[in-house]
Amino acid sequence: MMKITNLKVNVEGKEILKGVDLEVKPGEVVAVMGPNGSGKSTLAFSLAGHPKYESTGKMSLGGKSIMEMSPDERANEGLFLANQYPVAISGLTVNSFLYQLYKKRNPEGKAMKLIEFRTWIEKQAALLELNPDLLKRGLNDGFSGGEKKKLEILQLIVFNPKTVILDEIDSGLDVDALKKIAKTVALVAKQRKIGVLVITHYNRILKYLVPDRVIVLKGGLIVRSGTGELAVEIEKDGYKNEN
Amino acid sequence: MTRFAPIKDAKIEDTSYQPGEYKYGFSMPENYVFKAERGLSEKVVRMISAMKKEPDWMAQYRLHAYKIFMDKPMPDFGADLSGIDFDNIFYYIKPSEKTEKNWDDVPSDIKSTYDRLGIPEAEKQYLGGVKAQYESEVVYGSLIKRLSDMGIIFCGMDEALIKYPELVKEYFGKIIPSADNKFAALNSAVWSGGSFIYVPKGVKVDLPLQAYFRINSANMGQFERTLIIVDEGAYVHYVEGCTAPIYTTDSLHSAVVEIFVKKGARCRYTTIQNWSTNVYNLVTKRARVEEDGVMEWIDGNLGSKVTMKYPAVFLVGKRAHGEILSVAVAGNGQHQDAGGKCVHLAPDTTSRIISKSISLRGGRASYRGLIQMNKGANNARSKVVCDALILDKTSRSDTYPVNKIDENNVVLEHEATVSKIGEEQLFYLMSRGFEEHEAEAMIVNGFIEPIVKELPMEYSLELNRLINLQMEGSVG
Repeated sequence: MMKITNLKVNVEGKEILKGVDLEVKPGEVVAVMGPNGSGKSTLAFSLAGHPKYESTGKMSLGGKSIMEMSPDERANEGLFLANQYPVAISGLTVNSFLYQLYKKRNPEGKAMKLIEFRTWIEKQAALLELNPDLLKRGLNDGFSGGEKKKLEILQLIVFNPKTVILDEIDSGLDVDALKKIAKTVALVAKQRKIGVLVITHYNRILKYLVPDRVIVLKGGLIVRSGTGELAVEIEKDGYKNEN
Repeated sequence: MTRFAPIKDAKIEDTSYQPGEYKYGFSMPENYVFKAERGLSEKVVRMISAMKKEPDWMAQYRLHAYKIFMDKPMPDFGADLSGIDFDNIFYYIKPSEKTEKNWDDVPSDIKSTYDRLGIPEAEKQYLGGVKAQYESEVVYGSLIKRLSDMGIIFCGMDEALIKYPELVKEYFGKIIPSADNKFAALNSAVWSGGSFIYVPKGVKVDLPLQAYFRINSANMGQFERTLIIVDEGAYVHYVEGCTAPIYTTDSLHSAVVEIFVKKGARCRYTTIQNWSTNVYNLVTKRARVEEDGVMEWIDGNLGSKVTMKYPAVFLVGKRAHGEILSVAVAGNGQHQDAGGKCVHLAPDTTSRIISKSISLRGGRASYRGLIQMNKGANNARSKVVCDALILDKTSRSDTYPVNKIDENNVVLEHEATVSKIGEEQLFYLMSRGFEEHEAEAMIVNGFIEPIVKELPMEYSLELNRLINLQMEGSVG
């Protein structure tokens, strides 16, 4: 379970989050919605431990505080961030990176050998409708927006987290890709009891990745929370009702 | 001269060489004792030549070079060489005397790197400069026999001078004359060791020839001299040095490498230099390429205090092609001044330089390159790509490209990028559970991948591992 209490975050001297309380239970899907500049991405980055985001308050995973942890230590506690803008690293082939990631997450002895892994990963890529040829290229190097997002989800599958944060993973996606990604996450989360924090501006991803709860963030504070119905309401009326 | 008769498409199958199956031994010291003295004088030069029982022309060659060395000023470009004390250097030491060094004297960080790389004990001691040589007589014997059956000569330079004096005389010093630069002159005066290779017409050597296999000469000497002749239509790949760090108490390494690529021939020369960080590594490398010939330099510089090295290709025949792939990693206290030179002297010649440099922990990496297209080099084309990666604020990267173009209808492209390892790249990989040094190593290995993929498999793996170790050692 991921738990946040009174989280305040400063970025370059400016307070962006002003005291946020949030909980994501295993297998639960929680949507964080809000207009631009409401602090949604700040929430994602501060949870993952980006050094630019100075946080106070409490953040814990499975009852263990992650406040003082570096990004890799948080990841090793089972936290996975799927990025809005995945970073490219040329020369680091996707295949090699994914296998290193896999080995990191799976102890020696129980892990698949490279050849088995290659077969498995190609199958997973195909299920995501991600061209397997991309696995031979540099990480996110020259990938389209949709390809990058699908690769984030492929990493998620390899990583097998306890909690996942999807930071506006739906931005810049066509309908087919959006549907594929949302349904895959929903399925994997359900099967593996993964807690999902889905950060989004729009309702459309939530049609396929149905939230148990919806939280509306505005001006760095939670201004409303409710069931999945709230997302539909926001879709209709926008964010102007939240004051 | 059956030795030089053309043998078409002969192949060597490398059945005998198995990594990890090295046997090793000492060469027996010869029956005289040479009292090495510090510093360089005419007397020392004469002594070196006399001890090697060289032909008179070589003795004269050395003495002439010695005079040039004394007269020539230090280079007025490149790295700071003021730390070299020419009077405090042993210019010739019998390999047998080198064995007196003690394993305990080898710095512990170098020893532990050997352990981490999983290098066998004997090889560790060899690389640590304790043993004069490291060899596999069994492997060597059968390999050399197969090579000589094909008419290939592969031996130490000293041995070549005695056994094939005419051949050596015809080519020695013909591409890099003693007067070329101060350090070429120094090498010409005091050279010892190095490789000699002759590949006859049409013979294609499938197996890379490695300095490892050469017996009875200290292949990693201070002033080694290498001469390679690839006759018409032939092919050879020569691999020099190794990726594991080489420890030496010698402070100056100054080699000369000359390569003749005849009509339609191809030569690839791969070096990974990883000298200990007390060494000034000043090397002159040059190839002369005839019509339709191809020369490829693959040059990696990891170690040393200072390296100045710019492998060169002189494209003298129509459609000749030259290629230089260079990787330099400059860490704490290191200055890698590396690059390449391509001189186009004939029509339709082509060249390409790809340079990748990495500077970290206060290191400095410089690219220094020359593209020259002389009058008459119609339709010459050249492309230079130099990419620099800077890991932190204390490190530095410079680029010094020079173009001399005297012909109109030529094409020259130059691309240069400088990048810093971004916080975003590091964060991205760390958020996947990789520690900072692992993330850095992934970025760095990705950066040099275009060159690493050109290396023989065992070298590329070891290079990646070594870079990982360097990152690990330098963070935290």
